[in-house]
Amino acid sequence: MLTSLRTQAAAAACALAVAVTAPSAQAADWEPHKPIEMVIMAGQGGGADRLARFFQSLIQKHDLTNMPVLPVNKGGGSGAEALRYMKDNAGDAHKVMATLNSYYTTPLRQDIGVDIETFTPIARMAVDTFVLWVNADSDIHTLDEFVTAVKEADGSWKMGGTGTGQEDSLVTAMLEQEFGIKFTYVPFDGGGTVAKNLVGGHIDSTVNNPSEQLPFFRAGKSRPIATFTEARLEPLPDVPTMTELGHDLTYGMQRSFVGAPGMPADAQQYYIDLFTKVSESEEWQEYAASEALDTKLLTGDALQEYFLKERATHAKILGIN
Amino acid sequence: MEMLAHLADGFALSLSPLNLMVITLGVTIGLFVGAMPGLGSVNGVAILLPLTFLVPPASAIMFLGALYYGAMYGGAISSILLGIPGASTAVATTFDGRPMAQQGKAGLALIAAAVGSFVGGTISVILFTLFAQPLADIALAFGPAEEFALVLLAFTTFVGLGGDDVAKTIVMIAFGLVLSTVGLDLISGQPRLIFFDLPGFYSGISFLVLAIGVYGIGEILWTLETTRGRAQVMTARIGVKDLWTGIKLLRHSLRTMTVGSLLGFFVGLLPAAGATPASLMSYGMAKTFSKKPETFGKGAIDGVVAPETANNAASTGSLMPMLTLGIPGSPTTALLLGGMVMWGLMPGPMLFIEEPDFVWGLISSLYTANAFAVIVNLALIPLFVYALRMPLSILAAMVIVLCIVGGYAPDQRLHDVWLIAAFGIGGYLLRKLHYPLAPLVLALVLGPLMEKAFRQALIAAQGDAMTFIERPLSATFLVVAGLFLLLPLAQAIRHRKTPTEPANGSAGA
Repeated sequence: MLTSLRTQAAAAACALAVAVTAPSAQAADWEPHKPIEMVIMAGQGGGADRLARFFQSLIQKHDLTNMPVLPVNKGGGSGAEALRYMKDNAGDAHKVMATLNSYYTTPLRQDIGVDIETFTPIARMAVDTFVLWVNADSDIHTLDEFVTAVKEADGSWKMGGTGTGQEDSLVTAMLEQEFGIKFTYVPFDGGGTVAKNLVGGHIDSTVNNPSEQLPFFRAGKSRPIATFTEARLEPLPDVPTMTELGHDLTYGMQRSFVGAPGMPADAQQYYIDLFTKVSESEEWQEYAASEALDTKLLTGDALQEYFLKERATHAKILGIN
Repeated sequence: MEMLAHLADGFALSLSPLNLMVITLGVTIGLFVGAMPGLGSVNGVAILLPLTFLVPPASAIMFLGALYYGAMYGGAISSILLGIPGASTAVATTFDGRPMAQQGKAGLALIAAAVGSFVGGTISVILFTLFAQPLADIALAFGPAEEFALVLLAFTTFVGLGGDDVAKTIVMIAFGLVLSTVGLDLISGQPRLIFFDLPGFYSGISFLVLAIGVYGIGEILWTLETTRGRAQVMTARIGVKDLWTGIKLLRHSLRTMTVGSLLGFFVGLLPAAGATPASLMSYGMAKTFSKKPETFGKGAIDGVVAPETANNAASTGSLMPMLTLGIPGSPTTALLLGGMVMWGLMPGPMLFIEEPDFVWGLISSLYTANAFAVIVNLALIPLFVYALRMPLSILAAMVIVLCIVGGYAPDQRLHDVWLIAAFGIGGYLLRKLHYPLAPLVLALVLGPLMEKAFRQALIAAQGDAMTFIERPLSATFLVVAGLFLLLPLAQAIRHRKTPTEPANGSAGA
């Protein structure tokens, strides 16, 4: 057991040594003087966690910081735990939080005493998109056929998702409103499980992210019907967008970084520079392209404006004023 | 034949000096990470994942795979020696491993765990090699209805039989199920059973916290009471000769190993399950089919062999949905999946076709990792057993510290530490009243899986419960579950007959 501790200590020491000796290439005046905590609004192993750790490993691989970045999962209460934690550490310049859409939906749905307007916006790294999928064995090829089939099923059409209040349930609700149809929404643990259940024939359709269904699509097991985006997706060039089909249905899931309320301005600038470099890295751009992520970078005030707009949109979808 | 050629290529890759070194290192680190309560393969993989950039992707996955394997072996060590599950997958190993250690048979228990792990791992890698692709379709055929039926089957193996009081077993299962509903509801997102409005209950009660409480703290309280605090030195000693005797003794457990391996592999295949449910189900099966079920929980060697073969078999099994479907079967494989994405590999149905070198390199490395793990483990057993010879006054304090650290480490919440203390005292009292604790832990592990699958199936079927019977796979499991429920009844009748016969005989004479 001692050996294990020693090994870990040695590994940590190595990581530190690498980080310390790396030439500093930062332009900002402020530099971290202790390890940076990367708070993740979700539990270990999920999509949000994987992406946050991917960013952490990119920072480490390219020696972008003089201090190590330590990922910490605080996924309790749909991210409420992480939001409270950041609020309780107001002014701390060594904590950044990786967000998903629960960044605005959780404070809207439960009163946890957090106003995201007070948080420090850093960078929006990506927006994940949504696509309507059916099993490849199904007769449905177009959106019209899909709507007709759902209507005929008279409420028994099984739409899989990851739980009420999650992003895909909002997309499902948007579909119901737009077409006057009714689904039976079946919640599962995560997007991967939803994808598997569609391919296994246990549900009739999903609104999975492209990354979750692309492997099955390439294996000829699932079929995309339409995308909830403004422009067509690169890995799915033949799939029409909802906008093209005459329906104003777009929805995205942002992956961003924010700081605690009251983070000093020069620290904010440091992190903006840091994540801009991560965003420009070849690995990230390659990964994003393969997963059909929109990598348009938003930082600082522009990001805050985007957050507030998204919050208002979500309040409307959730029916909260 | 094509497969053998692929496997040979894989071995050429995994037996290169760099990869052999990487595998040895992975297995050894894994062994210690697994043995430390609170640190499991999830933590090990999470901590070391970023370091794997130093080596090529194939070596990186071999390292993490070996670590994952090593942790499965290591988890048994503290379960047996200290009565604290070293990892969630080793919870079932404490049931009989700890009693064996108290009877001075710690060495034998550790050997049984190591050999069982080796057999489970090896059988399941062979199955993996032979059937990787066709079996991916089985995982797909499992919908919510099938998952529910399978979990129900697991429960029925625990009800009745053996020396346990059936009524008390059912009470403990019910209590465990109540605990499993604490937290946010999956379907509606509503908070349920948030005791005293404590925010810590929002994320539910982790069964590891319960297991550490009832087995770790509860055990120490029990030992303190029974020994009246007098220092008690265990006489466990072990030499090379004992090692061999121990291995030979295990020939009686061949059937348990075979059942455990097959069960573990298939349960591991299912994306929703993983190694922890597999080990508990295997324990239940072993007990059901044992000739001496009353010895379970009191130091039966099969009670150690069964969960240990199954958890290693399941850890291999759970790599399959990860590689072929891109769906992790456990938190650790979820991290491995993240790692693969990081290295630019796309898990999914096309991986076997597009990246054969990677896949077969990994599969071949599992054979190697297994062999290394059993050797390293057996070699260290005398050292582990030696640790037991310290006085109780020191051991008890150490166990309590490890329990607290082990409960705090995974989520870093003090809330869990208080829960461990509460469960420790509760577990001690329940034990005094002769309530079995294993069904409680089982219910907390399987409860959420069962509830979720049950509700998903009913929602999908518009509330029609016939869905469980109409689907052939689900119906089969339900029939078998029904038989398991009736089995104890049949045995009870048989047992009642046996003692009455001689009585009749004497009356007639």
